[in-house]
Amino acid sequence: MIAALDAAAHAAGSGGSGTLTGPISFGDVGLSVFLVVIAVAASRWRRLGLERDMVVATGRSFVQLVAVGYVLDFVFGGQGWLTPIVLSVMVATAAWTSGSRARQVPGSYLVAVGAIVVGTAGTLGVLGAFRIVPLSARAVIPLGSMVITSVMNTTSLVMTRLRDDLAASRREVEARLSLGQTSYEASLPWHRQALRSGMLPSVDQTKVVGLVALPGAMTGMILAGASPLAAIRLQLVVMYMLLGGNAFAALVAAQLTVRRLFTPAHQLIRSLRQVPD
Amino acid sequence: MTAPRPPRFEYDDVTVLGDDGPIVAGFSAAVPADGLTVLVGPSGAGKTTLLRLLNRLDDPDGGVVRLDGTDVRDLDVLELRRRVQLVGQVPVAFPGTVADNLGPGAPELLERVGLPAVLLARDADRLSVGEAQRMSLARALGRRPDVLALDEPTSALDTASKSGVEALIRRLADEGLTVVMVTHDPRHATDLADHVVQVAPAPRTAP
Repeated sequence: MIAALDAAAHAAGSGGSGTLTGPISFGDVGLSVFLVVIAVAASRWRRLGLERDMVVATGRSFVQLVAVGYVLDFVFGGQGWLTPIVLSVMVATAAWTSGSRARQVPGSYLVAVGAIVVGTAGTLGVLGAFRIVPLSARAVIPLGSMVITSVMNTTSLVMTRLRDDLAASRREVEARLSLGQTSYEASLPWHRQALRSGMLPSVDQTKVVGLVALPGAMTGMILAGASPLAAIRLQLVVMYMLLGGNAFAALVAAQLTVRRLFTPAHQLIRSLRQVPD
Repeated sequence: MTAPRPPRFEYDDVTVLGDDGPIVAGFSAAVPADGLTVLVGPSGAGKTTLLRLLNRLDDPDGGVVRLDGTDVRDLDVLELRRRVQLVGQVPVAFPGTVADNLGPGAPELLERVGLPAVLLARDADRLSVGEAQRMSLARALGRRPDVLALDEPTSALDTASKSGVEALIRRLADEGLTVVMVTHDPRHATDLADHVVQVAPAPRTAP
């Protein structure tokens, strides 16, 4: 797979015929904004009220991507030692986003940090340990970003699902606790459901890859002029990485969330308990 | 002359706070070890909360609850819950058959609560409310408890089921179990109980 990444880099450098390796100017980017104008017009025409959001999203994406482009250009240009810092910023941002989404789980930010770090470090660690990808900034940062984004969504899903399900089923949970089950045992049916709902999107995505969608890494390599066979090898690694990363993150998120939703005395936390008479 | 048995439970100056003020304030009472004790009081007086303190589904914000003279917080909580089985107002059927719900000794447990053995293979969620409440009691008895704590166990039942479950509870108390029951039905205090504990609403702090 190192070869696939090398091939992509080589293709990006050589600029094959019909590829997108020639420079896209900011003028070209400006022209593509025409499509946003159409979307804003459609929103206005149908009175969707999304015009402002679309403009803000367009502006934000421009600023964020230009900034990250310059940062990556700097890091890839011989400043590879910054890679852990870049990944840490990504993890912190993802944990903040995921923790905010599941704010009703006490300590949701810490749960998110734990799940995202384990999911990311676990997968990148395995890929690096087996030398499947080179441990260079150019490989680790893009792959890390993919796994962080994916496990962030999984972590949010697991935390919110587990909390909401336990709240909705608190009568049954407390019946189980009353029979002498531990908090782990009492939450197990909902624990499993949350794990399934957290992991199913990446399982489904892996099932239909190539049939329904040509995913990002593969598309990017093909557009950059790499051979489709090299591109699919990288894509397979990415899919398996996401599957593994999401499994790691879901397991950690569910385990830590259960701990946050029960007291050490195997009681539901006060906000989840039955309303007394 | 024999000394009187010490109480099974003691509430000692117990306070439980809710979001809008105290649910229970400075409550003290004893629950005898023998027979059926009924906690009566108006809706909102904190009866269910008092019951939930017995097996530590809740903990008090002030005061102490003692089981056989020991602060319940000093006991192993899982062993406490095995000894003090709490059955809620609305019966809960876990997924699976009645036998799955009851576990080992299911036929004997079913017989003990007066349900026919034919129900063992039935999906628990297909029982009537009255049958499900009896099954909940049987499931609790399967843990071989010392105490049954019952939260309005007949409030969700029709008249026919109600009298059957009341008779069952009375029989369990007569067999030597300590039974603590929350009710808003004054008839339970007069017709069913051996001991009555009045629960008055906690005074609300003036805004």
